[in-house]
Amino acid sequence: MSSAVLAAASATSTGEAVQFWILGTVAVVGALATVLMKRAVHSALSLAATMIILAVFYLANGAYFLGIVQVVVYTGAIMMLFLFVVMLVGVTAADSLKETLKGQRWLAAGAGLGFGILLIAGLGNASVKHFNGLGEANAGGNVQGLAALIFTKYVFAFELTGALLITAAVGAMVLTHKERTERAKTQREQAAQRVREGTQVVPLPAPGVYARHNAVDVPGLLPDGTPSELTVNPTLRKRGQIRDVSGESLAELAALERRSSEWLERGEGTERGEQVRERGEEATR
Amino acid sequence: MNPINYLYLAALLFTIGAAGVLIRRNAIVLFMCVELMLNACNLAFVAFSRLHGNLDGQIIAFFTMVVAAAEVVVGLAIIVTIFRTRHTASVDDASLMKL
Repeated sequence: MSSAVLAAASATSTGEAVQFWILGTVAVVGALATVLMKRAVHSALSLAATMIILAVFYLANGAYFLGIVQVVVYTGAIMMLFLFVVMLVGVTAADSLKETLKGQRWLAAGAGLGFGILLIAGLGNASVKHFNGLGEANAGGNVQGLAALIFTKYVFAFELTGALLITAAVGAMVLTHKERTERAKTQREQAAQRVREGTQVVPLPAPGVYARHNAVDVPGLLPDGTPSELTVNPTLRKRGQIRDVSGESLAELAALERRSSEWLERGEGTERGEQVRERGEEATR
Repeated sequence: MNPINYLYLAALLFTIGAAGVLIRRNAIVLFMCVELMLNACNLAFVAFSRLHGNLDGQIIAFFTMVVAAAEVVVGLAIIVTIFRTRHTASVDDASLMKL
């Protein structure tokens, strides 16, 4: 080692310090949002943001290969896998707020705080006035340096990694593959079964209020003006994303009845108009 | 700024992830918190690599990433299987070995 390398640096550049304080704050906020957000999708997106910032930190620390791998593998593959499973599983699965153990949340938060204080106090005791920097190690290129280590010193761990990945791929297939034990029913048999059981023989009614809305989240109205649950997709129903317009529609209908009765000079209160108006008021309430 | 600040950040992220594992009930969010902890460790490894001036820390971080990828694949497959049989992703409801 030359004396120039031995005279190690004691501080990073100002640019890196600015980058650290700005992006570090965002990373911590993202991590907190991952824990505190109610919906799993929001948690996943916050975590993706934190991971991208970590990739920037890897690059700043001279780990050029790991920075790129972090973006490609973590935010590209793993987080998308997470989002895929959230869409498959978690859309209707809200986090239950019921505590199985009493006071467990507060105890957990307290334990986390204590653990954090312990870790940071331990780091505070370490004496790192000077650091070596990766200038010499990265001299022949970061990727070349990593490759030289992986294929010599760590070659056994590398081979084990291959075995691990194959096992994981086979395991995932075994866990999610479902063996079909009987023949799939034909359409004709399904129709016959529906008639035999007497459940919903005809197709489900369409969503939307005739001549007013045709969106899938607007339930169709029954003859008495109440919205029909059957017309809306069960997922939307569970998410509570149904737009109920029965009140407006009935109010419009009542106004129409009133105008037509005035036009026809039938006097104010025709029986039909009164009925519709009452229903409209009920639905609005 | 001294690079030890990266270690402080890693400790903070690890703590947040650990607290999340204890606090949350949704298995998918739990998994995300575990990923956060693994990422915090990787950041610490990379920072150590720079402090010591050799590439061994980066190699360990690289292996951690591989293991994390394998772990996520199997874990999410388990979550999907549990959801199929119990129709819930909450870790509180999975209290029996067998249905």
